[in-house]
Amino acid sequence: MSAADTTTPAKVPPPRQAPPPAPKRPGGRPTSGGAATPWLLLAPCLLVLVLVMGYPLLRLVTLSFQKFGQAQLWGFQPAESVGLDNFAEVLGDREFWAVVVRTIIFAGGAVVLTMVIGMLLALLLQRVSGWLKTLINIVLVASWGMPVIVATTVFKWLFDTDYGVFNALLSKLPGVDMIGHNWFADGPQGLAVIMLLVVWGAVPFVVITLSAGLTQVPKELEEAARLDGAGAWGVFRFVTLPILKPIVVMLTTLSVIWDMGVFPQVFVMRNGHPEAEFQVLNTYSYDRAFVVNDYAQGSAIALLTVLLLLGVVAVYMRQMLKIGEVE
Amino acid sequence: MSTAATTDRRRSRLGWNLVGLLVFLVAGFPLYWMLNTAFKPAKDAIDPDPSLLPTGITLSNFTRALHIADFWGPVGRSLVVSLTVVLIGVVVGTLAALAISRFAFRGRKIVIVGILAVQMVPLVAMIIPVFLLLNDLGQYDRLTGLIITYLTFILPFTVWTLRGFIVNIPKELEEAAMVDGCSRTGAFIRVVFPLLAPGMVATSVYGFIQAWNEYLYALMLLSQKNQTATVWLGNFTTKHGTEYAPMMAGATMMAVPIVVLFLFVQRKMAAGLTAGAVKG
Repeated sequence: MSAADTTTPAKVPPPRQAPPPAPKRPGGRPTSGGAATPWLLLAPCLLVLVLVMGYPLLRLVTLSFQKFGQAQLWGFQPAESVGLDNFAEVLGDREFWAVVVRTIIFAGGAVVLTMVIGMLLALLLQRVSGWLKTLINIVLVASWGMPVIVATTVFKWLFDTDYGVFNALLSKLPGVDMIGHNWFADGPQGLAVIMLLVVWGAVPFVVITLSAGLTQVPKELEEAARLDGAGAWGVFRFVTLPILKPIVVMLTTLSVIWDMGVFPQVFVMRNGHPEAEFQVLNTYSYDRAFVVNDYAQGSAIALLTVLLLLGVVAVYMRQMLKIGEVE
Repeated sequence: MSTAATTDRRRSRLGWNLVGLLVFLVAGFPLYWMLNTAFKPAKDAIDPDPSLLPTGITLSNFTRALHIADFWGPVGRSLVVSLTVVLIGVVVGTLAALAISRFAFRGRKIVIVGILAVQMVPLVAMIIPVFLLLNDLGQYDRLTGLIITYLTFILPFTVWTLRGFIVNIPKELEEAAMVDGCSRTGAFIRVVFPLLAPGMVATSVYGFIQAWNEYLYALMLLSQKNQTATVWLGNFTTKHGTEYAPMMAGATMMAVPIVVLFLFVQRKMAAGLTAGAVKG
């Protein structure tokens, strides 16, 4: 457990130094509880996070620098350090780069679709009658609340080769015969279906959050812009969008993080064994670890995924901190 | 002039309503089709040209779903895991949320950044070390292992959401109570807690749903005989193919309670999640 101990100092020192300067703080917030109180309140939470999250996180890093396969898992051989070998191997693998590109295209497409459809629906909801708004809201919330596994199962059924209703509906169009069409015969088509599933599940949250934001856009501003001769697009572009920007940034970054992290949708859709052309970063890392039994390389891939997301995460965190600071 | 404007507006309202109706049908279709398949006779489900309207109502798919593999066992385990996680999460999370929203102390920002950052670590990335760790600790295939693991994603979320609810409770209320002779703890219990309770309920329900819906860890950390509800749904696909009609019945049983719960708390949660977002 020495690994767990090494993570503790990073979080604990600040409280030790805290007591002396605390009283100097001029006015501001009420700190009557004494400087130790907040840390006592935080202690259980930090303890859980450091122990349960800190240690595995550290282990993820050390693991990616070791040789760790089945022999090490069963304890037949000690795990030895291999330096950057795992990373070199992963980064030198053409397949890895194909997976990276596929993941980025998949996530990028899903994010753009989610945000555009979400924004359009939020704007639409402002314009429809009250009863219809309620109906759409119920459907949105119900699809948002659907367990991902259930939603994936339902989409699998909708797009079934022989009995899927989607093929049947398409075939009703004149000149189209899609009965028996297998959507998962090749990667791009299959991933398009999975993207549809991801977007269907993600849009409700975006619509509902944006709708809440839209109610805060002052009507007078839009009115004024309209009087100044702005069209519908102009009002949206120069009045609505700038006000919604913080929410849009938050939703976009969250969507990027979520859509890059798609796992169960691909995994379940392909019956637990995604083919090579369906692999995205997360399933690829899983595959390396638990199918090929190379836990070290799986960890290296997971770590590279985290690094890839770091930039987006930074933007998200800045936005969240801004929100946190205001209050 | 004004009547022309109103008819114009009425006409555009009608157009938007037509678009909205289309959206309603498309967005709701997967849900409708799940229910439709679940309640239709199994032989009508395997029809290459299925009827879009219900062809008759039967519960036989539900009976089949309940018999295909033990249903109540997985549901019970999911309940135990989710309820324990939420209970610990809300108690520990409320304390932490109070600390970061009601106290100014050095290191507050680091803690906030830490909690947000932890939330950003993809769960899938953690599965390998968690699997190895629980393996070493002899916690593989134990519900406790799953509970502890779930805390890592429920806790940061709970802290952050509760913080949103707490900052919306005016500090003056507590201060007034303290002026009237309440201790800080007394002021919290008598003033803040009653106002925070609805937010705590909403956060708990939401956390419960998250824990209930989790799939990967439940799949990896528990064996077949200890599977939870989400993994149970995989039993309908065998080497011989998928039994879709009973599977949709199973999906319905899994989804309906969760969706109903979600409908109740969603409004409150949306408010909590975006609190201050626009003002910022």
